[in-house]
Amino acid sequence: MNIVVCVKQVPDTTEIRIDPVKNTLIRQGVPSIMNPFDKNALEEALQLKEQYGGAVTVISMGPEQAKATLREALSMGADKAYLVTDRSFGGSDTYATSYILAKVIEKLGPFDVILGGKQAIDGDTGQTAPSIAEHLGIARLTHVLSIKIEGNKCIVEREIEEGVEIVEAKLPILCTATKETNKPRYATIKGKIDSLKAEIENITLADLPDIDVTKIGLKGSPTRVKSTFTPKRQSCCEMLEIINPRETARMLFGKLADAKIL
Amino acid sequence: MDLKQYQDVWVFVECFQGQPKDVGFELLGQGRLLADALKQKLCAVVIGKDVDEGIKGATAYGADIIYAVQGNEYANYSSDAYGYAFLELCARYHPNTILIGATANGRDLGSKLAICLNTGLTADCTALSVEEETGNVVWERPAFGGNLYARILCSETRPQMGTVRPGAFKKPEKFQNRQPVMIREVIHTKEEDILTKVIDFIKANDEAGVKLEEAEYIVSGGRGLKGPENFAMLQELADLLGGTVGASRASVDAGWIPQTKQVGQTGKTVSPKVYIACGISGAVQHLAGMTESDTIIAINKDATAPIFDVADYGIVGDVFEMVPAMIKEIRVSRNLN
Repeated sequence: MNIVVCVKQVPDTTEIRIDPVKNTLIRQGVPSIMNPFDKNALEEALQLKEQYGGAVTVISMGPEQAKATLREALSMGADKAYLVTDRSFGGSDTYATSYILAKVIEKLGPFDVILGGKQAIDGDTGQTAPSIAEHLGIARLTHVLSIKIEGNKCIVEREIEEGVEIVEAKLPILCTATKETNKPRYATIKGKIDSLKAEIENITLADLPDIDVTKIGLKGSPTRVKSTFTPKRQSCCEMLEIINPRETARMLFGKLADAKIL
Repeated sequence: MDLKQYQDVWVFVECFQGQPKDVGFELLGQGRLLADALKQKLCAVVIGKDVDEGIKGATAYGADIIYAVQGNEYANYSSDAYGYAFLELCARYHPNTILIGATANGRDLGSKLAICLNTGLTADCTALSVEEETGNVVWERPAFGGNLYARILCSETRPQMGTVRPGAFKKPEKFQNRQPVMIREVIHTKEEDILTKVIDFIKANDEAGVKLEEAEYIVSGGRGLKGPENFAMLQELADLLGGTVGASRASVDAGWIPQTKQVGQTGKTVSPKVYIACGISGAVQHLAGMTESDTIIAINKDATAPIFDVADYGIVGDVFEMVPAMIKEIRVSRNLN
């Protein structure tokens, strides 16, 4: 069983604050973490390896500092890690990112199972993983709860809004994991120490000779950010005085009735 | 690429077992605004084994043209079959804009179409408009957990595509006696081209009462509720209002209430008539999922909590006093006890 997991290093969005004066994002001091859903994907990969044998490769596209996330993946039990990094990859949207990652997967493969998180908590698109599958021309199933391998097929539980689908698919397959898929393990001390010594190779543009350079980076991205802004909250909140709770409740319902809301 | 060859705004009316989902109708409302701004037609795409209900809905919610593809291979969603049918329609009719609901299947389908059509797809849009001089749709969306919003363009390629979360927009008014142009296309996907097959389905336990996304009244609880047992009073208030209970990420992460109840950027987007936030501070990630509510009532001990910045009515007080008082007040006014 050859498995590759796509992970992304993201800012911990729960720690992001807005500068109240400049109304901009304060990124300084925000910790970088492995995208939580990618951690579920990695856990699923490690469990598949434990059950069916094989190796788990982890790839991440990003700057040099994303190696910290790859080391974390190694410390949890991944066998090999590669950083996909090149100036020309910068500014890629989901179309270009998925194209680059597909090319990397082709280079490192073949793989039986490709895993990723259902979305990254910074961009929140959920598009990159299924797009990788499309570039590769393989089956994909998003939001999976479990994966069972049977020969050259797999049986997957997939969560949709209405319930859980049991889906049969041929390998190779790309799956995305959610918080409900599993509970990611903690790295062991030994794992942490070993990961510090592990070598993480860079994969750059030069390593991908058959890549179409018109499809990568800012220039290869069909979408472009026109502008960004932080949401302005205009307070027009009518504060109700607390005399006693019942009185305040009565006042509230009175106002709602007057405004024909209730 | 001659962008002018691409005409009309398409909305994917996603169905599950023949039943259209509300998000498709919500998108027909937004699609109408875009189509009018672009002076183009609004079209609905219905794919399935049974398409009648989807067509009925698309008619009632104002489509000018309905494209329907019917076949046994479309009984369940698969990227391959739905993707093939949709791509065939695109090859035949060249849409300008495609709107898709950001459901599990919608996001998957959108990704497939965008890659195959070599075009841009913007996820989870919360506001849509048209740049008059260029005819580009301006896709507005939150990122970084709702801390930042971006306006995104897809200016060089067509169709321009975006997904929109269920509940981000309200359904438009229904039309009576509308007669859209009905185009049924015979498109079949080869068996061997469908790589994934649904072999069984386990229906989710029907949540007792009203579904979060469809509720007109939502009573939500956050960290201020202090424990799972205190959601009972929120449930009682919600029941009296004919609504349902929601939650912030903090209370979901604490394990007090299931994730299906989570409102926010990583949970559900809701736009009820009335949203009552109890003991919720109002982290941006929560606000991203509920600011479209018609009326927001916030109850929090902390007068500086950001939830008051988006609320219409604010009560700086103890939820453990206020919620029971509200329950009592409703009961008394209805002579319930």
